[in-house]
Amino acid sequence: MAHHRHTRSRQTRPSGSAETLAQGLGWFSLALGAAELFGARSMARWLGMEGNERLIRAYGAREIATGIGILTQRDPTPWIWGRVAGDALDLATLGNALRDRHSHHDRVAVAFGAVAGVTVLDVVCANALTGQEPQPRRYFDYSDRSGLPRPPQQMRGAARDFEVPRDMRIPDAMRPYKEPQRPGRPQPSM
Amino acid sequence: MKALRWHGKEDIRCESVPDPQIEDPRDAIIKVTSCAICGSDLHLYDHFMPGMQKGDIMGHETMGEVVETGSSIKNLKVGDRVVIPFTIICGECEQCRRGNFSVCERTNRNANLAAKAFGHTTAGLFGYTHLTGGYPGGQAEYLRVPYADATHIKVPKGIPDEKLLFLSDIFPTGWQAAVQCDIEPTDTVAIWGAGPVGQMAIRSALLLGAKQVIAIDYVPERLSMAQAGGATTINFKEESVIERLNELTKGKGPEKCIDAVGLEAHVSMKHPDTVLDRAKQAVMLESDRPHVLREMMYVCRPAGVLSVPGVYGGLLDKIPFGAMMNKGLTIRTGQTHVNRWTDDLLRRIEEGQIDPSFVITHTVGLEEGPEMYKKFRDKQDGCIKVVLKPN
Repeated sequence: MAHHRHTRSRQTRPSGSAETLAQGLGWFSLALGAAELFGARSMARWLGMEGNERLIRAYGAREIATGIGILTQRDPTPWIWGRVAGDALDLATLGNALRDRHSHHDRVAVAFGAVAGVTVLDVVCANALTGQEPQPRRYFDYSDRSGLPRPPQQMRGAARDFEVPRDMRIPDAMRPYKEPQRPGRPQPSM
Repeated sequence: MKALRWHGKEDIRCESVPDPQIEDPRDAIIKVTSCAICGSDLHLYDHFMPGMQKGDIMGHETMGEVVETGSSIKNLKVGDRVVIPFTIICGECEQCRRGNFSVCERTNRNANLAAKAFGHTTAGLFGYTHLTGGYPGGQAEYLRVPYADATHIKVPKGIPDEKLLFLSDIFPTGWQAAVQCDIEPTDTVAIWGAGPVGQMAIRSALLLGAKQVIAIDYVPERLSMAQAGGATTINFKEESVIERLNELTKGKGPEKCIDAVGLEAHVSMKHPDTVLDRAKQAVMLESDRPHVLREMMYVCRPAGVLSVPGVYGGLLDKIPFGAMMNKGLTIRTGQTHVNRWTDDLLRRIEEGQIDPSFVITHTVGLEEGPEMYKKFRDKQDGCIKVVLKPN
């Protein structure tokens, strides 16, 4: 039977609405990232931020990396916090653009508002995930569960009476090499 | 009756459904005494396997007692104790006569669908995708067994269910994985995945005489169970699998490699290919995550054998076929031809050579099934193998 040898803490997959929200934010990251990466020129033109295309593409790559992290990792918490940091960067960039006399202030304000809204969601999600206590993980010792009547080293080859069916045998040429008994060309063992 | 039904991703429910009826003269109905959750059920739970429909009854590791037989069944009678193999077989087609039961030509009632997906049909399976017939499964109080005159393993009374149940799938699957390697006494057999099938493969490789058996996983409970079965273990989260395997084989690589993981390989930043696979899977650019196959093809000794009992469903990217071809590797795959091995394995159980019940970590009622799916998937509470008792 299993023995509970000791307990230790290991994060298990979060569950419930926080994880659902995190998944949604992950997909949002991927979509926004793709839009920024492939539509940087149009986006810059719409915002009146021409000349910042490279920066927008870099932000797009960041969004995609974060989205992949959220969707693929067992614990998305650090990646959601990564989104919060990214939001701060976006808000700072848009804030600068609001002070730039060449940008379309009304459109930049819309973008700023949208990012601020998503930032609230990110913070709520990150807080909820962080607040979930990692469940302590008990370790179960199964070192007495061999399923064999004697120690493994004594059971090695106990089923050698079994004849491998012809369709599952390896070709003789691939069997372990043995030195030929008499001089001549080396032959694979048969 | 009560049954565990699939309703979508991570949504298994214990619900009341109509009792199964005899639909064909070759049918039998069994009252289920024990059934189990299999690792390949998790592919359905996580919805990585296409072709599921809401309300499908899960389960393909089942045993019980015959309670009704169709008019043409002559070799089973009410009261017989049977283990039901997960592959439904006719016993008469060319493939069945060859012993290739998992590719039976007749039992998949959605053969056209399977042929479109795979080129040709494979056998019908219990409680699995509609690509394999969509037959109701055995995580239920009763099970209708089609082609029951062929699709059963008669077992004696007096041996506990726990020792016999795994003849339905994981024991013959681990056994076939090792048999396909055609093990020599000088062989090192490396086994990726120390879940239930991996555990059976470890013991099978040992019994068939491998010089060294190496198990690769990261779950501490699975590693301790693998060691108990005589394996040297590699924790892939703590050490490099390739380096360690080469070290354990004097730089030559293992002669025989077994993939007991399949399409849901772990995802870890330490292995960037797994992250890429997961991202592609999320946007449906790839169906499976073949990290283990890549690693096996790379590390296997030239002229070695790869054996793949792990389930794959569709399309795989970035397979190092150059390594495979240039090293002259042999690959053997396939769902298990369960009935090909069960007479021999039943004898080994009866003789006490092995007791497959070692792998059971949880035994619960059917109602707790949905919760156990999650526990098993997340490897919580030391969960390696769950047995359900419906009646």
